[in-house]
Amino acid sequence: MYGRMARWLLVILIVLALDLWINWPGTSFLQIGTWGREVRIRQGLDLRGGLQVLLEADVPANVVVTSSDMQTVRTVIENRVNGLGVTEPIVQVSGTRRILVELPGFEKTEDAIALIKETGLLEFVDAGTTRLVQGAEVMTDVRKGIAQAQPTPSATVAAAGITPTAATTPSETIYHTVMTGAALDTVGVGTDSLGSPSIDFKLTSDGAKVFAEYTTASIGTYLAIVLDGKVISSPVIKNAITDGQGQISGSFTIETANQLAVQLRYGALPVPLRVARTETVGPSLGQDSLRRSMIAGAIGLGTVILFMLLYYRLPGFLADLALGLYALTSLSIYRLLPVTFTLPGIAGFILSVGMAVDANVLIFERLKEELRAGRSLQSAVEAGWSRAWPSIRDSNISTLITCSILIWFGGTFGASIVKGFAVTLAIGVLVSMFTAIIATRTLLHLVLDRIDFSKRHGWFGI
Amino acid sequence: MDIIGKRYWFFGLSLLIIIPGLIALGLGGMKPGIDFTGGSLIEVQFDSGAAPEPQAVRQTVQEVVGEDVIVQSSGASGVLIKLKPIDEATQQEILTSLRKDYGAVTVLQFESVGPAMGNEVAQRAAGAVALASVAIALYVTYAFRRVPNPFRFGIAAIASLVHDVLLLLGLEAMLGLFLGWEADALFLTAVLTVIGFSVHDTIVVFDRIRENQTLHRRIPFETVVNHSIVQTLDRSINTTLTVLLTLFALALFGGATTRHFIVILLIGMFSGTYSSVFNAAAILVVWENRDWQRWFRRRPAQSSPS
Repeated sequence: MYGRMARWLLVILIVLALDLWINWPGTSFLQIGTWGREVRIRQGLDLRGGLQVLLEADVPANVVVTSSDMQTVRTVIENRVNGLGVTEPIVQVSGTRRILVELPGFEKTEDAIALIKETGLLEFVDAGTTRLVQGAEVMTDVRKGIAQAQPTPSATVAAAGITPTAATTPSETIYHTVMTGAALDTVGVGTDSLGSPSIDFKLTSDGAKVFAEYTTASIGTYLAIVLDGKVISSPVIKNAITDGQGQISGSFTIETANQLAVQLRYGALPVPLRVARTETVGPSLGQDSLRRSMIAGAIGLGTVILFMLLYYRLPGFLADLALGLYALTSLSIYRLLPVTFTLPGIAGFILSVGMAVDANVLIFERLKEELRAGRSLQSAVEAGWSRAWPSIRDSNISTLITCSILIWFGGTFGASIVKGFAVTLAIGVLVSMFTAIIATRTLLHLVLDRIDFSKRHGWFGI
Repeated sequence: MDIIGKRYWFFGLSLLIIIPGLIALGLGGMKPGIDFTGGSLIEVQFDSGAAPEPQAVRQTVQEVVGEDVIVQSSGASGVLIKLKPIDEATQQEILTSLRKDYGAVTVLQFESVGPAMGNEVAQRAAGAVALASVAIALYVTYAFRRVPNPFRFGIAAIASLVHDVLLLLGLEAMLGLFLGWEADALFLTAVLTVIGFSVHDTIVVFDRIRENQTLHRRIPFETVVNHSIVQTLDRSINTTLTVLLTLFALALFGGATTRHFIVILLIGMFSGTYSSVFNAAAILVVWENRDWQRWFRRRPAQSSPS
């Protein structure tokens, strides 16, 4: 008996130590051996403000959108969104034909939507003798043309006779686009002569002709590959490519080569998108709600702790300790996964505290019954626990069932608020099972087994 | 304590609350929010600190979009504007006119949902509630497979769950009728959470019945059920009390954005415990005793002439 309890106590102490480490003020990164992870609380849009856009494949309802198409859409949008400089953007496939984009702290809805829905323009740009840095923004004659073509009032003025270059700053160089992604036939990942990963591509016959002319004339110069105005690679032309087949070699790893191949292949979105829902939350609303919810949560938890202590006395005190472990462990898991915290998520967490308390209440009520029936303290603890267990298990499983349905529902519609609530509640339920099964029981044995119950009725509220 | 003997009183009390709610529902009190219908919502705060009359704001907004616009005041210095789905550009136009008429404003939130999207959400929402109910009925039947008539336990759990859902729908309809509250995605979340908790409570009571049934095989079922309810009453009260305490704190001190959600949860949790303690187990007894054979007789069977 004691051997088992000692083992559990060890488990509890390890969990507690981990919890303290993760939740220690200032800890922002967890490193165990080679495994590392950031551990910050992620705040949802309703808390820190920002923009959420749910996009939907703009195709008739009977047209099937494959999941690989949606994955590609996600990759493409992710790349574009990353250029906005938003911290922790979220791009998620929701259900079978929707994609959810969350940009915390970003409020220019129109800019974001324009960027996301952009068709994706891939260009092969003549960079001359300049080696363009990866990620650099460049302006090309093709992009310039598109900008001019847009029916904005300024474009009309420009078309009416003002020279196009007048609109740009003098220092900006406009590069010449040799050809666009439309000329690519197939793109794959291969290995170069040295055995390192490379990008192999094949051009359409028209593309091959243009490319042959250009490469023959420009050996030794740089050819920049530009996606949506951003340099993704800047190889040197080593020799003339006349057969329409080429290889881009550079310092690629298998991963970066694959990534680039995907970008080249899918510079354009594979399916058109339309906006199904947008939501913008100002930052002031969220911070106020967060502060209030924190206060409310603290008051609620304080009351529960006090109630347990007053009603159940010594076991209540032990339950409060177990609750402390429960709260810390849940927080650690929220940080590790990470779970995005929303206002309903905080409510879910507080509700799950109620569930954790319930497990203890079930055990203690049983304990009291067994004690009244004249059992010894030790056997009463064991009986109380084992008889309360089926209730705890079955009732928690039913809550987990509803949680999983909510997670599914929230996921399909990009309702991240619904999903956030269900995820926090589900984690709370699982952790509360752990603390009820292990922490409360071990603590009860550890403390109560050393007490002479016949002299200490008052400690149990009996 | 004889709870089962008074079961029809408890059923009556439930109906007393559910029926007015259903009437409110029938009167069209349930106002689905834009999550389900599609539409736009803009919440703005006037930097001057005092919001103009909603009527005046409505005029201004209608000059821009020219269609049905609803404006409600929100706090002392803000308004909520509800209208058809609009894009960002239209929103900016609205803001420009507001600024022209009333000085600087800050956008607290802007939401726009396409009508097709709203429709699908509404359909799936009903599906989610139905799916949750069926899944739980199956699980309860499975969990109680060793007792006689496990299916009855599943059905009784569902009955108590339907009780809670009806009560919440009716309540939401009444709130919609009198206070103009709208049912949004969070309302749905609250309903599903209450379903989970209600079954949670029901299972605790049923579990005790399951245990007592195997311990006391000779005692009549009605007595076993009543005894089980009384035995678990302390637990039911204490657990509900702790959950309600935390929810009360959230409702009183938490922010306005989740208050609606919390209030629905609060009432739902109470209803969930009530229906588990006073209705779910009682339904088992009604079924076991075949009460319905006596419902339409004037006198109990033993006093009728034979």
